[in-house]
Amino acid sequence: MEGFRYLDGVASLRFSEAACTGCGMCEQVCPHRVFAVARGKARILDKDLCMECGSCATNCPAGAISVRPGVGCATAIMKGWLSGSEEKT
Amino acid sequence: MVDTPAGPVPRARVTIGARDVLGRWSMRWGMGRNRYRVAPGLYAVGDPDQLSGILVTANYKMTFDALRRELTGLNVWILVLDTRGVNVWCAAGKGTFGTEEVVRRVKAAMLEEVVSHRRLILPQLGGPGVSAHQVTKGCGFQVVYGPVHARDIKAFLAAGMRATPRMRQVLFPLRERLALAPVELVGLFKPAGWLSLVLFLLAGIGPGFFSIGAAWHRGLAAAEVLAGGILGGAVLTPVLLPWLPGRAFSAKGALAGGILAVCSAALYRDALGAFHALALLLALPVISSFVAMNFTGATPFTSPSGVEKEMRQALPVQAALTALAGIFWVGGAFLR
Repeated sequence: MEGFRYLDGVASLRFSEAACTGCGMCEQVCPHRVFAVARGKARILDKDLCMECGSCATNCPAGAISVRPGVGCATAIMKGWLSGSEEKT
Repeated sequence: MVDTPAGPVPRARVTIGARDVLGRWSMRWGMGRNRYRVAPGLYAVGDPDQLSGILVTANYKMTFDALRRELTGLNVWILVLDTRGVNVWCAAGKGTFGTEEVVRRVKAAMLEEVVSHRRLILPQLGGPGVSAHQVTKGCGFQVVYGPVHARDIKAFLAAGMRATPRMRQVLFPLRERLALAPVELVGLFKPAGWLSLVLFLLAGIGPGFFSIGAAWHRGLAAAEVLAGGILGGAVLTPVLLPWLPGRAFSAKGALAGGILAVCSAALYRDALGAFHALALLLALPVISSFVAMNFTGATPFTSPSGVEKEMRQALPVQAALTALAGIFWVGGAFLR
């Protein structure tokens, strides 16, 4: 079974085309095919597939990508709320 | 042991024995997960030399086993990072499978002397913790991201270290969703036990102040509803995930629990009063909804922003419906 999708319009992923050097790392590391590189620039194909793992941003040598990374886990978020911290385990 | 310019290196076998299979099953049932580790450092597979590739992995033994069993007939090095016994993706999320640890292990294993090339093959899912260009800066080795799954490594190497788009994509097939069910159930066992105790105490409250007989009878029924809800959220929802409508896990869980609730209400229609039936029809889907929401952490596609949004909407509804179910249930004892 393919093609799981979660909520639309929530991902904190930001991409700056101006800063992009087209190296293709984002396309390689993304587990959900959010990026594709063509004609020397990366492009976001489907932002709603982003799970905010942060791999693209960590591996972008040009610093063209930003995302608020974390684990999409209700238990972890509840623990965060209870301990009053933004820290996600 | 294999002799290298940097000293002897232990050889890892590529065969999986009965003990490894038993170990994997124990892990799937959540037994001893914090102790299932291999020693970090360099390992040899087959007869690797200066030109052989280096595969980097985590020191969770189930991860190490999943990798080595795919390496039959290959001559490669395995560099095991110290991820404190956690798998690659989760450790990368926490940063223990990270840039600093890669650099540290490359230096500790004296890889510059062991191999003549300057290339590390990392699992793609190590990406959240490892910054490829920072690793190069830190130890001179270039990072190549391999496939998501160890099973694709041979094809990846044979194709000259190129991964097909399919090898790069994370899916979530039924087999993987089912493999998670036991550990989810085991994890819920303890909180469910405590909750049952509270339910048994509440069950005794009735017209005669407190009745041991009622506590046992009604408590058992309540514990069954709790078990049904857990089954709905931790087993039925993951299994039916692609077919349950909606995106929110709380909604999918409520529906799965709703199906179970309607079936149980129909099954016990003669024994249940109207109030108890209402309590059942509310409580079971709510429990299932809550448990399903917590399954988000085990899936490979939910974003923290999404889960937070879902929880802000679902938790108040779940709390209100739980309270309502409680009123019907306790009230039902007085109105029989």
